[in-house]
Amino acid sequence: METVVIILFDGIGFASWLFMISAGITFIFGVLRILNVAHGSIFALGAYMGAWLAAWFLGGHYPAWLSFPILIVAALLVAVTIGPLIERVFLKRIYQEEEVIPLLTTFALFLVLEDVIKLVWGIEPRFVDKPFSLMGQVRLMGISYAGYPFLLTGIAFLCALLLWLVINRTWFGRQVRSVIGDREISSAMGINVPRIDTFAFILGSFLAALGGAFTAPMISVEPGIGIDVIVLAFAVVGIGGLGSVGGAALGCLLVGVARAAAVHLYPELELFVIYALMIFVLILRPKGFFGGIEVRRI
Amino acid sequence: MRRLERFKLGYRVAILVGALLLMTAPLFLSNWIIFVVAIGCAKGIVVLGVVLLLRGGLISLGHGLYYAAGAYAVAIALNRWNIRATLFLIPLSLLAGGGMAALTGLLLRRYRGIFFAMLSLAFSMILYTVLFKFYDVTGGTDGMRIHLTKESSSLFHYYLTLILTMGVIYLGRRFIMSRLGYMMQAVRYNEIRVEYMGASVSKVIYFSYVFSGFLGGLGGGLVALNVGHVAPELAYWTACADFVFVAVLGGATHVLAPFLGSIVFEFVKNYAFKFSPNTWQMTLGGILLVIIFFLPQGLWSLTEAIERKVIQWQLSLKQ
Amino acid sequence: MAVILETVSLHKHFGMVKAADNVNLRISEGEVVGIVGSNGSGKTTLLNLITGYLKPTCGEIRFQNKNITGLSPREVVALGIARSFQIPQLYTGLTVLENMLIAVSTRSGKSWDSWTPLHRNGWKEEAFGILKRFGFENDARQVVANLPEGGRKLLDVAMSFILKPKILLMDEPTSGVSVKEKSSVMDALLKALKDAGVTSVFVEHDVEIVERYAERVLAFDNGRIIADGPVNDVLADTTVRQVVLGVE
Repeated sequence: METVVIILFDGIGFASWLFMISAGITFIFGVLRILNVAHGSIFALGAYMGAWLAAWFLGGHYPAWLSFPILIVAALLVAVTIGPLIERVFLKRIYQEEEVIPLLTTFALFLVLEDVIKLVWGIEPRFVDKPFSLMGQVRLMGISYAGYPFLLTGIAFLCALLLWLVINRTWFGRQVRSVIGDREISSAMGINVPRIDTFAFILGSFLAALGGAFTAPMISVEPGIGIDVIVLAFAVVGIGGLGSVGGAALGCLLVGVARAAAVHLYPELELFVIYALMIFVLILRPKGFFGGIEVRRI
Repeated sequence: MRRLERFKLGYRVAILVGALLLMTAPLFLSNWIIFVVAIGCAKGIVVLGVVLLLRGGLISLGHGLYYAAGAYAVAIALNRWNIRATLFLIPLSLLAGGGMAALTGLLLRRYRGIFFAMLSLAFSMILYTVLFKFYDVTGGTDGMRIHLTKESSSLFHYYLTLILTMGVIYLGRRFIMSRLGYMMQAVRYNEIRVEYMGASVSKVIYFSYVFSGFLGGLGGGLVALNVGHVAPELAYWTACADFVFVAVLGGATHVLAPFLGSIVFEFVKNYAFKFSPNTWQMTLGGILLVIIFFLPQGLWSLTEAIERKVIQWQLSLKQ
Repeated sequence: MAVILETVSLHKHFGMVKAADNVNLRISEGEVVGIVGSNGSGKTTLLNLITGYLKPTCGEIRFQNKNITGLSPREVVALGIARSFQIPQLYTGLTVLENMLIAVSTRSGKSWDSWTPLHRNGWKEEAFGILKRFGFENDARQVVANLPEGGRKLLDVAMSFILKPKILLMDEPTSGVSVKEKSSVMDALLKALKDAGVTSVFVEHDVEIVERYAERVLAFDNGRIIADGPVNDVLADTTVRQVVLGVE
């Protein structure tokens, strides 16, 4: 029984961590119909920016808990600089091409950004574990857990809520929903689709950068952290369905719990279960659980 | 058209000269360059596999599976089963790739577009996780240094790769010009019409997929022999993406394009890395972006552009 | 003459919509049958049902006394039923010649053949032959996407024709063809079909064409057949004139 609880908590922690970048990717896909490989670098940029700003901030004489909002600011900075740059300069020109071109464009951008990170921040690993230790330990059911993952869960939840509110309860969100449904008709109805595209990309980038920023205190921030994350996010998005944020949440939970179960019961299968799960779901539901958005219209 | 015939002849002569240069290269080029050419050719074989599927509108984001299968088949055969004759190792790598494709193809042939891409990637990642974790068999993250074959020498491996590449180019060309090759294009343009002609879209895709798997396996086996080492990264998503990268780099129009693209890619990668280890990815990424935005038909379209210029020049000479 | 194609109590419902409502028809070998009906009356649905693109809600389809209900288009084509489309279904990125060659070579099966070149002499001859018959000799190397609407329509019909079917169902074969060419096209087409002993069924909106070429007419309205008989009788029928032709 104890193991089950541990697995559940571990799983939810992992899911929360993975949620932000996955939600970002799937949201961008819903609006722009592009699978953004560069999201891995945006995640990494968020981590680096977060680590950098937080370290600088913590070096001063400010209350340590303010480092959390700093992380959010870091993510915001990344999103509003990189987001429009990528979307306007590159994606706008190729989104209509056949599928392989946008995919490769974002892959090329990923390669470029990986090295940009190295050039700006060097290759030495960075550690900013103060925010992590600030969250201390939590005792639940007689077991001691790190507090930080609970923060992540809270943030993931808030993000999901915020995203839902924006999309379903704002006037802007209505336009986004329209574009997700049908780009051409939305355009014909007078919606400024290019502007929605840019907004969606910035929002999706913010989510990824946020995920990265809040990951920074948990890991050693070094080149290449985006490479492993992006493929995990792909697995999640494939399971949940391209374009569905709810699907991403479900996918994250499934992947998180499956992985946690493997880690505690059959450690060799830790990564295996994730992709096995993905294949399993794609066999039963070729478009993922909540997929069904057409990728190509004739 | 006499001009066209003359150009075709010139073109064939160019290819012959190129082949001759490659065959005699060890005489005047350094070992390292020979090595890079060999790797470029071997990987080019895998890329051809990707291209053949691209012509059907299918993006294989998981060709690393067949590539790694071929490479590890050779490694395991050498290290664990002590099969040391290259004569056996090569067919083994072919079978490993083809066999995998025969299995995964059964499922993948029902998918299209981005879903095909994602599922194919998932299969490759599964192999990665297996190679990664099962240390006893596969050597885990370190991979395996493969033992020497009977004929071990980098010169032998170079010529082996060259000969097999030429064979693959011939078969690849036949494939593209064949009924199956055209049917793949037909599937890409209009699946309904294909079914209404009495042909099975499913079968066309499946057979092309298995063929492409054979190519992946062969490429992997050749790389293993040339490099002398295999690692789980061969099946990681980055390796898969590289193949698609090169496919677009070279272009999908001519059978030589994947090899041209692959050799260029290997050289750029190696030189860029030597020149500046922190910017080689950026260089590759930059080149890909340039190709995408300015040369959407890939590098091969450059040769076509040159072709047109030459014909124009010849025409102007007449006047 | 033997019955080649028949449907028995054929129904197709899409929720509340009855696209095919108790369709019973019998076509004999060698007949030339025209199908008329206003838009949405179920003509294309009928073709889709017969050729297996849609599965009927209930009812039976028989071809040469064999039950073919539920077979896929591929199986139906293999038995000898071919069809052309309202919106031409072609390989848009390939040339006219390549489209035709693919159609010709597919007859010999063997989808795994990655060795035999498509541009083989035997097939090329046959392909050129039929291209000539339909007036395409000059466009053979033209990419299909660049063909005008009428040309694509014709190519679509030609590609179905070359399958050497026993019965050919054509969905508006002359739509998109210029008015002055319609007759010559239909002349050539139906003569070729008759010479080859192929039963012809064509959906048409152009009443003159129907009058000229059909021996028998089926009139559709709301998924059911409202008239079935010799062409002159059906076209003179008052209900048909009202509902289908829009004549008061």
